[in-house]
Amino acid sequence: MTWKWESQRKQYGRALVELGKERSDIVVLDADLSSSTRTADFASAFPERFFNCGIAEQNMIDTAAGLAASGKTVFASTFAVFGTGRCYDQIRQSVAYPKLNIKIVASHAGITVGGDGASHQIIEDLALMRVLPNMSVIVPVDSNETYRVVKTIANTKDPVYVRIGRADVPTVTDEDTPYEMGKATIMRDGDDVTLIGCGIMTSKSLEAADELAKHGIDARVINLHTIKPLDEKTIVKAARETGGVVTAEEHSVMMGMGSAVAMCLVENFHVPMKRVGIPDVFGESGACTELMERYGLTMENIVEAAHDVLKRKK
Amino acid sequence: MEIYDGEFISELESIARRVRAHAVTMIYQAGSGHPGGSLSAVDILVAMYFHLMKHDPKRPDWPERDRFVLSKGHGAPALYAALAEAGYLPVAELESLRKMGSRLQGHPCMRKTPGVEMSTGSLGHGLAAGNGMALAAKLDRKLYRIFVLCGDGEMDVGETWEAAMLASHYKLDNITMFLDRNKLQLDGPTEKIMSLEPLADKWKAFGWHVIEIDGHNMKEIIQATNEARSIKGRPTAIICHTIKGKGVSFMEGSLHFHGKAPNDDEYKQAMRELGVAPE
Repeated sequence: MTWKWESQRKQYGRALVELGKERSDIVVLDADLSSSTRTADFASAFPERFFNCGIAEQNMIDTAAGLAASGKTVFASTFAVFGTGRCYDQIRQSVAYPKLNIKIVASHAGITVGGDGASHQIIEDLALMRVLPNMSVIVPVDSNETYRVVKTIANTKDPVYVRIGRADVPTVTDEDTPYEMGKATIMRDGDDVTLIGCGIMTSKSLEAADELAKHGIDARVINLHTIKPLDEKTIVKAARETGGVVTAEEHSVMMGMGSAVAMCLVENFHVPMKRVGIPDVFGESGACTELMERYGLTMENIVEAAHDVLKRKK
Repeated sequence: MEIYDGEFISELESIARRVRAHAVTMIYQAGSGHPGGSLSAVDILVAMYFHLMKHDPKRPDWPERDRFVLSKGHGAPALYAALAEAGYLPVAELESLRKMGSRLQGHPCMRKTPGVEMSTGSLGHGLAAGNGMALAAKLDRKLYRIFVLCGDGEMDVGETWEAAMLASHYKLDNITMFLDRNKLQLDGPTEKIMSLEPLADKWKAFGWHVIEIDGHNMKEIIQATNEARSIKGRPTAIICHTIKGKGVSFMEGSLHFHGKAPNDDEYKQAMRELGVAPE
């Protein structure tokens, strides 16, 4: 596959600036990482509507709550490890519980952070966010989708968590691929097995589908960009029509996208299933590709999981 | 001047007595709650809702209203009682505190109770939330003011000081923090659990204008709040020296009544002392 590799963060910055031009109620907060998260783009365009809170994520989230309670649409950004775990209580008490109009767009999620190591590689943010009532959880697949997600959620009034990465990712959607929150995208049709991916693992799933096709296996590939609310209809339909499901995510397999899908299928339509993701361990420093190999996030891992599922189907 | 009028002050004081009686009654009827920290904050709440704040109980969402955030959310009974006396809720509804289906949650919930500006309860959040409101007011060029009531136990919380820095950094002269300095927290005296002094110096060092008053003296509360209004370019902290459990002799300075409802006899005595017939 020859995809263009692009930065999700860059598109986040672009979308924010556009929103800032379109609407005066948009305000943006960051915690001393604005040049990395790209909220700096908004800060230079609209300095009076940008508030750097310093290295104080808890303070940032509660400040966001006060702004949202006063009618602002607030985007708050930092690295995912600090924007979820570090300020979990603030998100729970002051964002999710009062259902305030705050969008936490967190970058540098997962092990593809690379060299910074386990301290910065959050692999549990989806778990933390999806268990909160009132919170929606989105993992844009690429730069185009990041742009569309940001423009879309700005029109909702509720809390949303958006997870993006540090590294450039393969661009698997077009600029005009429709995006609907809570409606999974079928990237490729097939009837033998379903591969469900989110984030960077959707492109790996597409590669795996190509590989499986060489062996006469027709895989359906779903981009599950919205982890919550979960598109149960598309997931159950795929399980029913293909009889087996593999999920792939750059997140701990404990409580991320794969477990959301598993819970849905156990209750609705039981099929053989396998979750590809980071096992129950912390990451470490390394290059992106090395880390993805070591922690089981390759195309080959997905292919292997698909064969296992196919075996159990029979 | 109205604020120096003795009759006016004694009117506020008699509202405060009613609010205290409501708060104790609510906690008694609920069988749980925090009488100590509710009673220490009553005079500040009454001065706010009955004199100092620009607000309209008939229009809790009025955009121009002053905002009050009870950061020490466990003082909810006193807040609800003040809101009821001010007309946000029927006084009869107060007895539903902490009961299933009630609008009056154990800790304030902005989605359930008219007049509650921010959901609180987990300590140390309110000042930062107030800062957000103050920033919004500045952005919108609105003149409304933000008042945040913090407990002294909340001075243990790191986020309080993060918020102190932010307010000062962004020159938020439209926010005023009342510090209910009742000197007791759940486990004991604040200075024994986690030394806070010199508190005034700390707030000054963070760039705040600091005033120290007797937090049970209406005149001083009013004067200090008016002084805060006149301070430009920085926020104001009003350290209100208070007595935990103020108004009920056996609750005053009592650790026991930090988070415990009175029993039948204690309740009757409390009502006698507050000059109100038990409900």
